[in-house]
Amino acid sequence: MTIWHILLGRLTWSSLAFVRAWRDPTLSELIGAAAAAIAVGGAVVLFGLLTYLRAWRYLWSEWLTSLDHKRIGIMYMVFAGVMLARALIEAVVIRTQQAIAINNQGIVGPEHFAELFSTHGTIMVFFVGMPLLIGLMNYVMPLQIGSRDVAFPYLNSISLWLTIGGGIMMMASLVVGKFSTGGWSGYPPYTELAFNGGVGPDYWIWSVSLSSLGALMTGINFAVTIYKFRAPGMTWMRLPLFTWTSLCTSILMIFAVPPLTIATLMLAADRYLGMHFFTNDLGGNMMNFVNLFWLFGHPEVYILILPPFGVYSEVVSAYSSKELYGYTSLVIATMAIAILSFTVWLHHFFTMGQSAPINAFFGIATMLIGIPTGVKIYDWIWTMFWGEVRLNTAMLFSIGFMVTFVIGGMSGIILATPPVDYMVHNTLFLIAHFHNMLIPGMLYGVIAGYYYWFPKAFGFRLSEKWGRRTFFCFFVGFYLAFMPLYVMGLGGVARRSQELFDPTLRPWTIVAEIGALLLFTGLACIFIQLYVSIKQRHQTRVPVGDPWDARGLEWSMSAPPPEYNFAVIPQVSRRDAFYWRKKYDGAYRPADHYRDIELPKNSMCGILVGMGLTACFFGFVWHIWWLAFLGFAVAFGTAVVRSFNRDVNRVIPAAEVAAHDRRWLDRAAAARPIPRHLELTPENEGLAKWQG
Amino acid sequence: MKRPIRHARPATPRAHSSRARLLTRIGAIMASLAALSLSGCSVLSRGFLAPGGPVAHAERHEFFFVSVVMLLVIGPVILLAPLIAWHYRLANTKSAFRPQWGFSWILEGLIWIPPTIIVIVLAVFLVQRTEQLDPYRAIPSNLPPLQVDVVSLDWKWLFIYPELHIASVNQLILPANRPVHMSLTSGTVMQSLLMPRLAGQIYAMTGMVTQLNLAISEPGTYWGENAQYNGDGFVKQKFQVMGVTPADFSHWVASVKQTPKVLDDKAYHNLSQESTIPQPITFGTVEPGIFAKIVHQVIPPGDAAKHEEAKYDG
Ligand code: HEM
Ligand SMILES: [Cu+2]
Repeated sequence: MTIWHILLGRLTWSSLAFVRAWRDPTLSELIGAAAAAIAVGGAVVLFGLLTYLRAWRYLWSEWLTSLDHKRIGIMYMVFAGVMLARALIEAVVIRTQQAIAINNQGIVGPEHFAELFSTHGTIMVFFVGMPLLIGLMNYVMPLQIGSRDVAFPYLNSISLWLTIGGGIMMMASLVVGKFSTGGWSGYPPYTELAFNGGVGPDYWIWSVSLSSLGALMTGINFAVTIYKFRAPGMTWMRLPLFTWTSLCTSILMIFAVPPLTIATLMLAADRYLGMHFFTNDLGGNMMNFVNLFWLFGHPEVYILILPPFGVYSEVVSAYSSKELYGYTSLVIATMAIAILSFTVWLHHFFTMGQSAPINAFFGIATMLIGIPTGVKIYDWIWTMFWGEVRLNTAMLFSIGFMVTFVIGGMSGIILATPPVDYMVHNTLFLIAHFHNMLIPGMLYGVIAGYYYWFPKAFGFRLSEKWGRRTFFCFFVGFYLAFMPLYVMGLGGVARRSQELFDPTLRPWTIVAEIGALLLFTGLACIFIQLYVSIKQRHQTRVPVGDPWDARGLEWSMSAPPPEYNFAVIPQVSRRDAFYWRKKYDGAYRPADHYRDIELPKNSMCGILVGMGLTACFFGFVWHIWWLAFLGFAVAFGTAVVRSFNRDVNRVIPAAEVAAHDRRWLDRAAAARPIPRHLELTPENEGLAKWQG
Repeated sequence: MKRPIRHARPATPRAHSSRARLLTRIGAIMASLAALSLSGCSVLSRGFLAPGGPVAHAERHEFFFVSVVMLLVIGPVILLAPLIAWHYRLANTKSAFRPQWGFSWILEGLIWIPPTIIVIVLAVFLVQRTEQLDPYRAIPSNLPPLQVDVVSLDWKWLFIYPELHIASVNQLILPANRPVHMSLTSGTVMQSLLMPRLAGQIYAMTGMVTQLNLAISEPGTYWGENAQYNGDGFVKQKFQVMGVTPADFSHWVASVKQTPKVLDDKAYHNLSQESTIPQPITFGTVEPGIFAKIVHQVIPPGDAAKHEEAKYDG
């Protein structure tokens, strides 16, 4: 064993994407090298820019070490935005490949193609979907329940940095080594040493482990926050719907994520310690992995779908100028979905040879979920009924969601019917189905919520014009990209196909390609929207904080909110608390007296633990044992040392709180109340005119 | 599906005014779109919507049934959501506005009860059909089923006819109108056998045997594939399924028996290495009991690990 081996483990020159492309300059390798160059170049540019702007200190002290749930939420979303860009580009490459590679090799080779669908799926689920939603919940949920922060701010920071660590591993796999080819589900025995000896499956195992650890801690954190940190009077049946869905999601994360962590760690044990949990020989059984994975995997899709359901509930009610229809029904439906989601996992492998009664049982359980889901959609429709609907970006996305999502529901019921599933399982039909659920269900919802809460978080509105363009691209793009996949799936085209052999598929793959490009344009529109909105921010400021005449407590403070959220913790006496306060004229009044507020101090422990564990896992991937040990020591040591530190809070004196509050109240008093039809004009300063 | 229509006839010979020309052009575009979608439609004739046997036929029936029921369910949402949003838009001052309205027992009943009834109806059918179309269930017939033992390998399919002592790779010849019973296992990672016009998927897994029953109604050429990703050669793991008359089948069996190749431990071991094969292979003789040996992993599995070691470059 040479010194290099000890220092660098399995790393060699040819681990580098650039070196591989140099030695073997095929188109496929060049594309890989270009992706690596983008990753490295992006990092270098970012680093240079921050240095040039001398922004490091600000970034470190105000953001990276912050324990403020609002900042952590924003960091989650920025991170997810970057990952979304990568995963969407990968989707476009996949679609381009299938559009070209009909009876030829296309642009990427088989192994590269497999890496692409594996990273796309893994990133979209773990590093786009989860962080987008966790970010949104982080920002909004404590504000909605009248709390100053989440229950465990330091844990929150650790969760963030573990998730980002997973993302860093995904990015590293572009540059050094290769990612898994086993798909986002990583089924063994294909991912066992016997069939995949490289670092790919290890990258998958460890980045998913980081994400799952982060998600589990977030689940605990949010659940405790909602149980324990509600403002006085915020009883269960007064919780805003988004908080309800956050609670259910947290519970799902607590119960559903551990099976995944266990499954990936058992696979790691197979690969590193010579165990035989899922191998072909010596009593291993991969069916156990499949069960564990989907015991996580199905609830996971509800982790991704429930919070957007909460967003839609808030958005549709606010922009219909109306109370939510069927609050109780919605709560029951949310709970029902959360519970039922644990009873259906077997529908992901109807074809594994169980007996017919077992398949029938799980098929029916799956159909049952359709009932509460349908109820929810009707509740939103009846919320618009007798309302005054403002058809802005968020509403367009909401209506687009309702119309599109039910089509996915239809294909879901089709897939839940075992005899039909035997035919379309593992085909593009399935791919079309779950994108039909996740793009309207998750992405549209996040975009709607982003549009809705952005003014609260940053103090100015987003451009409506670019919002509509985004909607056009995402709505039309979705249909073009995925309806052809339904058709091809019915024609028996297997998913994950790097090459197709039937020219009659061409029209469909071309339409799907156009759709994917349109979806990508949609993402570009989102970024342009952000840029344009920042430039125009002077005309769209809403400092008083209630630009939409909305109903929850999160609208009852300035925009952006002070770091302590509430000058005084509000007293809640009914649902839609802020709405009724506005009605009875108590919304913009000074408190009787202000108190000192205690907030957590910034801490670099979160980032140390997160990055320490990331280094540890990176060491595992490459068998660089000293790095693994060092990383673990840093993470563990930080956690221990920090636990001795009692001086973790700081105090904001009452006078400062009062002064801030008074400034805001003066502003509110000076602002002109705006009727709804003027809310998109520069006159909207965030003070809503009361209407019956 | 019909043959694609290739040519659009020019709409009118008197296309003089610019308007008429525009119409002609639109007509031509429409016609070519129609042609495109028709040629595209032949995609569906690859799959179970163009069934070649009783199993796929019944599955198609189930597909249409569930689809129609579900269209009735989702239709109202697709219509109502945009219509209500549009009717109650802010700019429409004529629509009623009741901001405090948030509950109605009648509507609650409407949104909970009918969906529940529909799910119950679907569930009843689901139980029946799942029972009837259980892949383990024999196809009713007065002929005895033909037994085929299937082994999934990287990246090919091995079909052993144990009663006939022959085997073929990447080619499945079956007598039409006679039930077939398959036993599946894998000599490598998990795979999924799909013959879209004939029968649904079932997984093939090492150390285990799963089963599949099917029949072909008409002599003809069909196809099959592996639908579960298993590495670089995945897309090449497709094969032809030929349904032939009983006479042709006997003929084929006799001709295969002439081939000198023997499927024994060694031949199997070679076959199980990672590879794709350009042409189907046939074995005139099969060592008895080889399928059981494969299932019980008596024959050492393919050297995938060694292969990977050699290929491994980071
Ligand atoms: C926004 C546009 C998107 C496009 C154009 C897109 C496209 C694709 C394509 C082409 C595939 C490969 C299909 C195949 O196997 O042949 C795929 C797979 C997949 N996508 Fe997406 N996708 C998008 C968004 C999403 C989102 C939002 C999610 C989830 C949150 C997602 C999750 C997945 C997963 C899990 C897979 C399966 C990966 C695997 O086979 O292991 N995708 N997508
Ligand atoms: Cu599921």
